[in-house]
Amino acid sequence: MLKKILIANRGEIACRVIRTARELGVKTVAVYSDADRYAPHVEQADEAYHIGRSPSSESYLRGDHIIEVAKKCGAEGIHPGYGFLSENAEFSRACKEAGIVFIGPDAQSMDAMASKSAAKALMIDANVPVLEGYHGADQSTAHLKSVADKTGYPILIKAVAGGGGRGMRQVFESSEFEKELESAQREASSSFGNPDVLIEKYLVKPRHIEVQIFGDNHGNVVHMFERDCSVQRRHQKVLEEAPAPCLDAGVRAQLLDAAVRAGEAVNYKGAGTVEFLLDGEGKDAQFYFMEMNTRLQVEHPVSEYVTGLDFVEWQLRIASGETVPLKQDEITCTGHSIEARLCAENVEEGFLPSSGTLKVWHMPEEHENLRVDTGVEQGGEISSFYDSMIAKVITYGATRDEACDTLSNALEEGCVMGLPTNLGFLNACVNHPVFRKGGFGTSFLLKEAADVLPSVVTKPSEKHLNAAAFMVGKANGKIQAERMGMDNPWASIGALRLNLPQSDTIILNGETVTVPSEKPEGYAWQDAKRIVAVADGTYISMPYRSEPVAEGVVQASEGALTASIPGQVTKVMAKAGEAVKKDQALMVMEAMKMEHTMRAPEDGIIEDVHYNVGDKVDDGDVLISFMDKKEDAA
Amino acid sequence: MPQIKSQISAGSESFQSNEAAMKAVVQDLQSTTQKISEGGGEKYRAKHVARGKLLPRERIDTLIDAGTSFLELSQLAGHDVYGSDVPAGGVITGVGVVNGQECMIVANDATVKGGTYYPTTVRKHLRAQDIAFENNLPCIYLVDSGGAFLPLQDEVFPDRDNFGRIFYNQARLSAANIPQIAVVMGSCTAGGAYVPAMSDETIIVKNQGTIFLGGPPLVKAATGEDVSAEDLGGGDMHTKVSGVADHLAEDDTHALAIARDVVKNLARRKPPMPATQKPVAPAYPTEELYGVVPADLKTPYDIREVIARLVDGSELDEFKANYGTTLITGFAHIHGFPVGIIANNGILFSESAEKGAHFVQLCCQRGVPILFLQNITGFMVGKKYEQGGIAKDGAKLVNAVAAADVPKITVLVGGSFGAGNYAMCGRSFNPRFLFTWPNSRISVMGGEQAASVLATVKRDAMEKAGQEWSSEEEAAFKEPVRQQYEKQGHPYYASARLWDDGVIDPAQTRDILGLALSTAMNRPGGDTEFGIFRM
Repeated sequence: MLKKILIANRGEIACRVIRTARELGVKTVAVYSDADRYAPHVEQADEAYHIGRSPSSESYLRGDHIIEVAKKCGAEGIHPGYGFLSENAEFSRACKEAGIVFIGPDAQSMDAMASKSAAKALMIDANVPVLEGYHGADQSTAHLKSVADKTGYPILIKAVAGGGGRGMRQVFESSEFEKELESAQREASSSFGNPDVLIEKYLVKPRHIEVQIFGDNHGNVVHMFERDCSVQRRHQKVLEEAPAPCLDAGVRAQLLDAAVRAGEAVNYKGAGTVEFLLDGEGKDAQFYFMEMNTRLQVEHPVSEYVTGLDFVEWQLRIASGETVPLKQDEITCTGHSIEARLCAENVEEGFLPSSGTLKVWHMPEEHENLRVDTGVEQGGEISSFYDSMIAKVITYGATRDEACDTLSNALEEGCVMGLPTNLGFLNACVNHPVFRKGGFGTSFLLKEAADVLPSVVTKPSEKHLNAAAFMVGKANGKIQAERMGMDNPWASIGALRLNLPQSDTIILNGETVTVPSEKPEGYAWQDAKRIVAVADGTYISMPYRSEPVAEGVVQASEGALTASIPGQVTKVMAKAGEAVKKDQALMVMEAMKMEHTMRAPEDGIIEDVHYNVGDKVDDGDVLISFMDKKEDAA
Repeated sequence: MPQIKSQISAGSESFQSNEAAMKAVVQDLQSTTQKISEGGGEKYRAKHVARGKLLPRERIDTLIDAGTSFLELSQLAGHDVYGSDVPAGGVITGVGVVNGQECMIVANDATVKGGTYYPTTVRKHLRAQDIAFENNLPCIYLVDSGGAFLPLQDEVFPDRDNFGRIFYNQARLSAANIPQIAVVMGSCTAGGAYVPAMSDETIIVKNQGTIFLGGPPLVKAATGEDVSAEDLGGGDMHTKVSGVADHLAEDDTHALAIARDVVKNLARRKPPMPATQKPVAPAYPTEELYGVVPADLKTPYDIREVIARLVDGSELDEFKANYGTTLITGFAHIHGFPVGIIANNGILFSESAEKGAHFVQLCCQRGVPILFLQNITGFMVGKKYEQGGIAKDGAKLVNAVAAADVPKITVLVGGSFGAGNYAMCGRSFNPRFLFTWPNSRISVMGGEQAASVLATVKRDAMEKAGQEWSSEEEAAFKEPVRQQYEKQGHPYYASARLWDDGVIDPAQTRDILGLALSTAMNRPGGDTEFGIFRM
């Protein structure tokens, strides 16, 4: 067994790997960026080293820095987690060259799977079903169109090097093909530096079913059964479960076999996932190879629950040269497990990722059937530098319904304040009748369960107000417990008033609302300035503050240009002392992958430019200040 | 720890009748307090709000941490004292937490006679400062006051514990590193101007707060100068020109937000305190106190029944359980805080007094706060007891209680009569907090006793003069004495005069004690030095 490993990742997965390593007596080394200096993974590891500034391109993607740290501290292996360098064949190679074990597959396996078209060719050879279409070298528009016409619409255009839905287009008619192709190529080119695309038959109601596999250095490949990850939005998984519900036993057996064959075809070593699309129902259902992920996936805990195995332990053992610890017939699937990805995002505004401070972070305590994998703490930051996942809430039950109920209860008990999250949305999904029935396609959120997305209303209902008041009460209690200790009577008693009614009311939207003692229907979340309540499928945003905040508005923003969203400064045109005209462009910042040009609000003289290129700015930060007009005149 | 086993059944007839009686007095207390909480009445409240100002209780709610308690003091101050109403004495005081720090809050109620200081107002303000001093609490003054109530200037201005003492206290408190913070949200005229001027940090609300030694009319009369209130002492002027105030706020809410930041920047930390434990609820519901305490003060009952409904897990480690049994002493926890409890279970004898003195010494040695539960008619009298030295034994307890430098909190749960009041840490013995239950009575002796004593004295005098005194005449003589004692011994009468820190609901007592103990831990107490005990 490896004696010391470095975890080239952050957040929950870093904490997750540390946990198992600890149990196995393996020493752990964390690496961190500026933004993560005080993050839990840094705290939990035996050693921790700073590797660069906050943007991942300057820290977690700096393979050279990471290998240098590993060498310096004597780490024998590097666990890449998921994302970042986990599927980077170059990094895997560099590790090998440096004499460090990369805890994952060989560079060759990664290379083989990295290009979707090459992977498909390999799968065809291994007798793994793939979707009709074209994944070849002839990228001429005429050729691609003829393939599309032959395959029959609807078809899907996908970037060969792509992922995450970028460079992907659905085409329903021949006449639309050229326009969509051009757009897909442009996006592929800008996102991945490679305009090549492939053409596939587009399945109208496919399910996303994937199989967890493990291979070792000795030619063994076993599967850990399948997962259903059909609840997706914008190709991001929302809920994942194991095993897949409503799946014919015969089809399952074929699917699992195919996955093992896929692994064997690339001589796979370590943890991997073979993703399939499943079309049709019952024993007639067809599955098609989609892609293979050469890493431990976010949703691995559901498979751990149903198999009762620790996948990080398997990864470490395999990386240490051991054979797969169990034979295929020793691996069983019992019960059902579901995972919900709790993310900092604004469901009501199209799942826009959000960032900010976790003023309140509370999840029910873990138990036999509940696991919360997280890399954050109350008071911590969800930074816009990294992905917006706060935690994974994973439950287990003897049946699917039991696992769903446990998950729903856990989500209801959860309380996250300070920034918008998808907590209530997840709960609505888990309790949606279509979800409970199972067997739906990846269009679940767009079609079958489109009604889980709340619609905006302008006037709050009683349910909205109650849900909001309840959350405010709960959050206040948590905040006070943080300030004074949870046992202190000032935190535990609530709002006692002597000989008068308890002051358990809040004023919301001009109405006095009593804080309900029991959790009412609906849910709410609160950031610095407003509270959003969701009930009965509708949501409303109301200005609200639990405690008054003295802002610098009185002085600071008088005649100043402030950032309206968090982002990064990419260009600075303004200089202190310069006289500028109204609407003159002064600064450019990038936020949410968009460029925003900051213009002078009126004619004036610049007092100071507060940020330089590359600086990160927050919502409300003063970017550029102007000379006081009145004083100027005097 | 041993748990108290209650002998009382909530279904019993006596429980039911006790409960009905206690509920009646609690309801009266609540309705009286409700009326008081409305301040100067609808008309003045409407006027106040129309100026864009928050009402004083709203100001406090905004200032303190969201969703937390306010340990209000002396709600009944000035009740039925002046003929006309001065609800809450025109000033709201109490302990609240701001950014996790317990603070003493003093908020003028401008809807009550313009927030002017009656003698009661002064007394209440001074008591708040005393509590702040004893418990090491930063003070926040939400100032909105026209200064001294001029018609009663003789009772407000000249004496030691009058208006001037407020400023004396501010200076002494500040010197003792007890921060003084003023938020000027209305007038601060004449003497009142010193509240912000004597504070460590002062916030003033724009176009609303004013600070000046003499207002525009006085200036006009004195010098003929025509000046607006805003120019003379407004927020803009004081933060830009005079420097009398430090922070300029847009409105009440903004001012209170700044005050919260000021407290945060105090960066205070509580001193080390005795070991606490995980709080647990009593095994018997606190609400049962209504039925446990007899409706008639003269009916004896086991004070352990009260303790069982106040302390964590109803657990009490009794000290000398079988000795001096009319005084219960023992260690317990309330909301996790350790307390030594001294509670009456009958009249005080030599043994009980000595036991009490011993127990006070234990608490002082260990730094454990003491809770006194008073239900005391006094010390035993009679030849045998005087010969047994009850005076010197009682003095030991009085001596120990007086010297004890740990937080002391007293609750009057029944009678508080005679020297028993002293031995059980009455007002004169400086408890950090003293609360009374609405069924309690306080006087030098019981009304019946007093009437009998006075009647005996009169009968002796008349007999000496050879006069006759019929039993009807005696009864007629005794009745007004009884009435006087009943009136003056009533907790409202007492609380109106600041003989205590408030009349509280028995059902809220446990929580109030928890808040008070947490507050007291800002100054856990020092090394007690006792005087000479007469042996």
